[in-house]
Amino acid sequence: MTANHLIELVCPAGSLPALKTAVDAGADCVYVGFKNATNARNFTGLNFTDASMREGIRYAHDRGRKVLLALNTYPQAGNWPEWTKTIDAAADMGVDAVILADPGLMRYANRTHPDLRLHLSVQGSATSYEAINFYHEHFGVQRAVLPRVLSLPQVEHVIKKTPVEIEVFGFGGLCVMVEGRCSLSAYATGESPNCNGACSPGKHVRWEQTAQGMETRLNGILIDRFTDDERAGYPTLCKGRFAVGDDTYYAIEEPTSLNTLELLPDLARAGVRAIKIEGRQRSPAYVQQVTRVWRAAIDRLKADGERFAVKPEWMAALNNVSEGQSHTLGAYYRPWK
Amino acid sequence: MKLALGPHQYYWPRQAMMDFYGNVAESPVDIVYVGESVCSRRHEMRLEDWFDVARVLAEAGKEVVFSSLVLIESESDLKVLRKLVNQPDFRVEANDMAAVQALVRAGHKHWVAGPTLNVFNPETMNVFAEQGATRWAVPPEMAREAMDGLLTGCAVRPEVEVTAYGRLPLAYSARCFTARHFNLQKDTCEFRCLQHAEGMPLKTREGEAFLTLNGIQTQSAKVYNLLGDLPALKASGVDVLRVLPQSESMPELLALFRRAIDGEITPAEAFEQSQALMPEAPCNGFWHGKPGLEQYVAAA
Repeated sequence: MTANHLIELVCPAGSLPALKTAVDAGADCVYVGFKNATNARNFTGLNFTDASMREGIRYAHDRGRKVLLALNTYPQAGNWPEWTKTIDAAADMGVDAVILADPGLMRYANRTHPDLRLHLSVQGSATSYEAINFYHEHFGVQRAVLPRVLSLPQVEHVIKKTPVEIEVFGFGGLCVMVEGRCSLSAYATGESPNCNGACSPGKHVRWEQTAQGMETRLNGILIDRFTDDERAGYPTLCKGRFAVGDDTYYAIEEPTSLNTLELLPDLARAGVRAIKIEGRQRSPAYVQQVTRVWRAAIDRLKADGERFAVKPEWMAALNNVSEGQSHTLGAYYRPWK
Repeated sequence: MKLALGPHQYYWPRQAMMDFYGNVAESPVDIVYVGESVCSRRHEMRLEDWFDVARVLAEAGKEVVFSSLVLIESESDLKVLRKLVNQPDFRVEANDMAAVQALVRAGHKHWVAGPTLNVFNPETMNVFAEQGATRWAVPPEMAREAMDGLLTGCAVRPEVEVTAYGRLPLAYSARCFTARHFNLQKDTCEFRCLQHAEGMPLKTREGEAFLTLNGIQTQSAKVYNLLGDLPALKASGVDVLRVLPQSESMPELLALFRRAIDGEITPAEAFEQSQALMPEAPCNGFWHGKPGLEQYVAAA
């Protein structure tokens, strides 16, 4: 049996224009966040106000698409009400689901808004069916987004053992670390994905042209240095070049994007219910490009079934918008590990 | 205030590990976390070896806790987890929600909510407390102020454990960075971690010690050290200080923490004396709500 017809395409939107672009380009669902620390892309100039959220939801619903709200950071005692108010607002505005990581918030949402659909965020670090089933049994979670750590057979095994729908990352910036289990940014800058919704935040970044080349620093720490013929990338701290022993290299990961387009038939066969595109911080042009390709590929898979083949122009289009203009299958492919 | 030795982060030969815990049995530590929590490929210590270690420590009067694997990927990882949960003699520290699920299903009522469970607010603590968590190991990135806020809002106050010493576990990955360094894949890693008793130093291109590669785990290069913050730890009502294992000077370090906790020397003296026992410079930024790698000196 194949579950092809059930695969949803979940696309990112960091602004109202990006949301409209994603819907127009064929996204089944668009995921968004408010302009505050309640979501894991709390970047300057990004995200939605109450008014733009209402308009975005109307735009998507008028066209039969869904809006998912990311509320996937961990609140603390001092700022808890900001997160619960955001859940209340989301329910009031009619979002189709909230994407949560924090168990306390899940219980709040489940008790206060029993009809609100809950998705487990990738930030919840649930890598096994036992973990996912805990969230299902205690809070009624209906879908889980898997961290980018499992191989394809492991994804398939999880799906067989849980009633929860499984969503996986298909394309975009690649977290090498288990999401929700990384404090590297907090260690270097004091701001973390877990608590502040930010990794390697821009206000700590410095670009400096020096005699040895362009240097990129994060809170003063040298992340990389580029010669004149190299393209200087943003200093995400796990994607810099460092010295280990006698070697200086990308010790953790190259600047590269995840791209699982060629695995699409396998993911469908495994029973994956939704493919997520990373990149709420990216431009509407990126959203349009990536959404179009994935829409075309999912539609082609429905039509062609086992005869599905990736078109070279799809890969070319995706590579154009990839970090470092290169891509990887990440952990889906065991040798990457 | 109790003193705990946290779970071992490194991969050592079996005999080295046995000798290490033999010394721990003689040390002034109250609680010892045992078991493999970092990498499921590490097999020098079989589960039976860990149970042997646990029994020796228990006979020496230590509270023994089995610390569960942080990153669970396979069915065999889950099988090991179930063995830990189903043994009747020792408490378990849950480092992943799969462990919580297994503990709850087995009806355990005195487990430890580990530092990677991401308990950051009272409501989440209440969820776990209702399910049987009686001790909370604070996530290292959490500041004192946020910890105090959580404790104020708890329905039932858990026993509170703060990581107070050691290279900080900062991140976990499906990828093995030690294998990557040697151009090996994780599945055929040749167990290179065995040759790096405290991981591999990662430096910036200008030679600054930044991180430590320890298999699938990434640690800080600097050594977290809250000895100088002992008055604040006591004032906040912290019940347990967690010290993470290192290869050298462990008995001296545990003795130093004991003397500092018992007030035989001042926190400033203890911090000063600890300098000679540390493999790298100290840091304590997280406790102060700052970047973790920074070092703050308490106001005189």
